[in-house]
Amino acid sequence: MSDGLVVDAIESYYGDFKALHGVSLTLKPGSVLALIGANGAGKSTLLKSICGLVSPKAGRVSWRGRDITGLRGAQTVGLGIALVPEGRRLFKSLSVEENLILGGQIGRPGPWGLARLYDLFPILAEKRHQPATSLSGGQQQMVAIGRALMSNPDLVLFDELSLGLAPIVIKDIYAQLPKITGQGMSAILVEQDVTRALNAADQFLCLAEGRVSLSGAPRDHSRDAISAAYFGT
Amino acid sequence: MDLLNTVLQGVLVGGLYALFAAGLSLIFGVMRLVNIAHGDLIVLAAYIAMEVIKLTGLPPLAALVFVVPLMAALGYGLQRAVLNRTLGGDLLPPLLVSFGLSVILQNGLLAAFTADSRKLDAGVLETASVSVGGLSIGLLPALMFATAVAVIAALQFMFYKTALGRAFRATSDDAEIAELMGLDRRRVYAWAMALCLGVVAIAGVFLAIRSNFDPFMGPGRLIFGFEAVIIGGLGNLWGTLAGGVILGVAQGLGAAIDPGWQILAGHVAFLLILAVKPRGLFPRMDG
Repeated sequence: MSDGLVVDAIESYYGDFKALHGVSLTLKPGSVLALIGANGAGKSTLLKSICGLVSPKAGRVSWRGRDITGLRGAQTVGLGIALVPEGRRLFKSLSVEENLILGGQIGRPGPWGLARLYDLFPILAEKRHQPATSLSGGQQQMVAIGRALMSNPDLVLFDELSLGLAPIVIKDIYAQLPKITGQGMSAILVEQDVTRALNAADQFLCLAEGRVSLSGAPRDHSRDAISAAYFGT
Repeated sequence: MDLLNTVLQGVLVGGLYALFAAGLSLIFGVMRLVNIAHGDLIVLAAYIAMEVIKLTGLPPLAALVFVVPLMAALGYGLQRAVLNRTLGGDLLPPLLVSFGLSVILQNGLLAAFTADSRKLDAGVLETASVSVGGLSIGLLPALMFATAVAVIAALQFMFYKTALGRAFRATSDDAEIAELMGLDRRRVYAWAMALCLGVVAIAGVFLAIRSNFDPFMGPGRLIFGFEAVIIGGLGNLWGTLAGGVILGVAQGLGAAIDPGWQILAGHVAFLLILAVKPRGLFPRMDG
């Protein structure tokens, strides 16, 4: 039994729409997986099926040898799984610091706390009493990342980190990524920018129309093969 | 002087309306639930207080020591067992279920306690008053108003300064993401309802000391509560107090002109404010 994440032939629905048709993946502790695929390929649904916001209708998700299929989001966070949601989804009536505190309120022990986060993103310390949604897009993304890290996760699911952000900001955030994942933490990275995602990851999985079209280590496949898998040709 | 006195009495009665409204405002803010049974729960609290007094011989306000936790526990259970099942997307199911609850409560109270009107006896507190510069201030209305201010200040503090309040606000903003912070929304909602019915217990006891009550006066209290919430603006607890005061003063002035106009004057004031400021005087929250 693996001590990482094992997704075994899950089938999940997005409303009435079947978004995943028997998707499987394994992720070893400490590795970073780039999850790529066109819009509507099922990337977000896969992440939600792992963290418990979507309950797969068939198949199995196990984490550190434990079956977590169908657990609620409020339970998976205690097991060390955190999501940085697409579009950030900060709590708008909470300040920056309150968003972060809420992220850490389950009290899971580990290296991350307010002081360390403010060290990683100094601008957040400066703006900690402001309403979270008054910040710029990039700063909001930092809050979203920080909120996830505050739960001291062993697996972080990043959904569309760079969506709607300026290229310079994206570069900054990616520059911080090794500092985050370098702690033996595993990560799944969903990203529109395929090249950036592949560079940051040691393995990848490409989804097309709810099925795995290609997977492996980025260096083992040519860009042509990956792009063919991406477009489902 | 008469006018000033009328306004003052209206302000003090407004405290009671604010107590009716504070729980409604909290519940709507946290879970977008419009609880039609809110008024009947106030009346239920009055009957529970009556029974507690019978059993213990305590004076009405002291009976709150039992009534508040009883109502809070009822709120927690009601939310977990019934209302949580109705929430999610559509506004209609919780509305219908709480309407049904209202009918059940009214008829349950009728079966248990008959239609006779009752009153809680608070002794000298009911008639005691102090004179301030020619104005006579009843001790009970003054206490009611002070309680409303204290309750709203406490709720405000809870909402903005405590971990529970943070959980309420986060769940209200985005319940799905709040789940990922370990907040089980079913439990968060149950705590909100417990708190709401704790306030309802206080409102119920004051109502029962101030006037007669019977099983069917809930819907009227619900309307006053709603009007206070809407006048003050959704999501604003201090606004709710202002709403209660405006309603109380309007009713007082109406009654001063003609006793038959008391209730009508309150509704007219409500409609006027709604026409001029559809989102209330101090809105904090959208829809």
